[in-house]
Amino acid sequence: MNEEEKIQQELLKNFAFLENKIKIQRVRRIFIEVPLEKFFAVFDYAVKNLGVSMLSALSGLDEGENFSFIYHLALANGIMLNFKTGVAKNAPLLKTVTGYFPSAEIYERELADLLGVEVIGLKKGKRYPLPDNWPEGQYPLRKGWKKEALNKQEDKKNA
Amino acid sequence: MHDNMEIPVGPQHPALKEPASFRLSLSGEKIMQASVRLGYNHRGIEKACEERTYIQDLYLIERICGICSHAHSTAFAQAVEEIAGVNLPKRAAYIRTLVGELERIHSHLLWLGVAGHEIGFDTLLMYTWADREIVMDILANVTGNRVNYGINSLGGVRRDISPEQVRQIAKAMDALEERTKYYIELASVETTLINRLSGVGVMSKKDVLRLGTVGPTARASGVARDVRKDDPYAAYAEINFNVVTDNHNDIYGRTIVRLGELMESFNIIRQVIKNLPDGPIAVKVARKIPSGEAVSRYEAPRGEDLHYVKANGTESPERVKVRAPTLANIQSVAFMLEDRYLADMPIVVAAIDPCFSCTDRSIAIKDAEGKGKKKKIVDWESLRLHGIEWYSKQGIDFTALNKRFKR
Repeated sequence: MNEEEKIQQELLKNFAFLENKIKIQRVRRIFIEVPLEKFFAVFDYAVKNLGVSMLSALSGLDEGENFSFIYHLALANGIMLNFKTGVAKNAPLLKTVTGYFPSAEIYERELADLLGVEVIGLKKGKRYPLPDNWPEGQYPLRKGWKKEALNKQEDKKNA
Repeated sequence: MHDNMEIPVGPQHPALKEPASFRLSLSGEKIMQASVRLGYNHRGIEKACEERTYIQDLYLIERICGICSHAHSTAFAQAVEEIAGVNLPKRAAYIRTLVGELERIHSHLLWLGVAGHEIGFDTLLMYTWADREIVMDILANVTGNRVNYGINSLGGVRRDISPEQVRQIAKAMDALEERTKYYIELASVETTLINRLSGVGVMSKKDVLRLGTVGPTARASGVARDVRKDDPYAAYAEINFNVVTDNHNDIYGRTIVRLGELMESFNIIRQVIKNLPDGPIAVKVARKIPSGEAVSRYEAPRGEDLHYVKANGTESPERVKVRAPTLANIQSVAFMLEDRYLADMPIVVAAIDPCFSCTDRSIAIKDAEGKGKKKKIVDWESLRLHGIEWYSKQGIDFTALNKRFKR
């Protein structure tokens, strides 16, 4: 059994509901899909037991009705665990993971600025990466967003 | 008892010639608290990628950064190739490795010069940047460009290496190695350098692990974190090299690590040109990439560069996410500044070798006409016309020049 399969077995042993949700895409790449209500239990276990070295990145995706989030966790042995979860777009709330990884702060601020996700527990701070005068309610990484929306809003304001 | 004084540093040229804004709370000369505001270089590249084809994206992604452009273009190409199920030809993997290491050499020599400049040791800047020209000439010779090399294509590389170029590279490596040995000697005896950099920008191994720091900044605190070794890509699995670490935990350590990495890069390049496999340099990749996703990692000169790509079966990606090394390192800067002297600020910031173009990537609207006036996003054509009109008002007419080009 290789290292990737060992991780798969360990996760399945502890979280049976992950059956068919763990995909070993190639050597050193594992994708794991977890529903939000069970996500933090799995995440907590992985961080504490699987030799996680760092949170490499946090990707946010607009997938129509939902937002998906992928936590890219690098293990010391070179394997990357990609934990994917999602929330409904009409209630985009997500708990912070800065308690585990302080570096998550800037990645979570990106989710807030670019997708309009509210990150619960994220301490107050400067926004990132949009300008301070960026209009409210404009989230450029949402699929429907076009830069013309910004001009229309400015035109309305200046009319 | 005085209250702390808060001063802004930046966003223009806070240390390097790139924008970032620091707020420092001072008690006398000591920094009690530091916070960083980024985003001034946000250009909407991730969004723009969704609106372009993969091949257009390859060139756009390369322009995220002028210093480590090959890092971004390779990371992106690797992700797309993985989704498309492409087997990269071995010769292409070796050429990518070669250009990647040439890029690391120019970047580390650039850093050494900047570090010298930040501590008032401008002779070091002059020396290292003069030497850097050796590698810049090789990059121009091999790829056709000094920056934004355009060497990658999806499925391989665009240019092959000739035996004559191999000879030139070998000669350049010898010259650069000799110079690097001099800098290593300098770093071990030159008191200006040792005293100014030792004990400054201190970060323990524990803090590196806690803050998720990457690259030479992490390695100088004893954390042997290097994607080339941990998660090999291109030709690195077939090459013998050491991950250089140091235990000084400060900027002096980061200097030692980068100098050691220069020596390792010469070693890697010599192996690449010696063992360069025969065969094609590229395979064809269909314009439409099948549905799928991939995470690609690359050890850029500043640390791990991560690209996530999701494909939806069309000619354009569904999502492209870029996490450049400086974004992973920026929190460590605020940490390293606290409880240090204000005078250390420029070198502490410079010591992570920050790249804010890489870090930021979307749309900045410049309020060109003042508050309350109309703001518009300007497209390229309007910008070009605006330029022509502006110069014509200054009495400079491009009409003749345009005609000459047309002929």
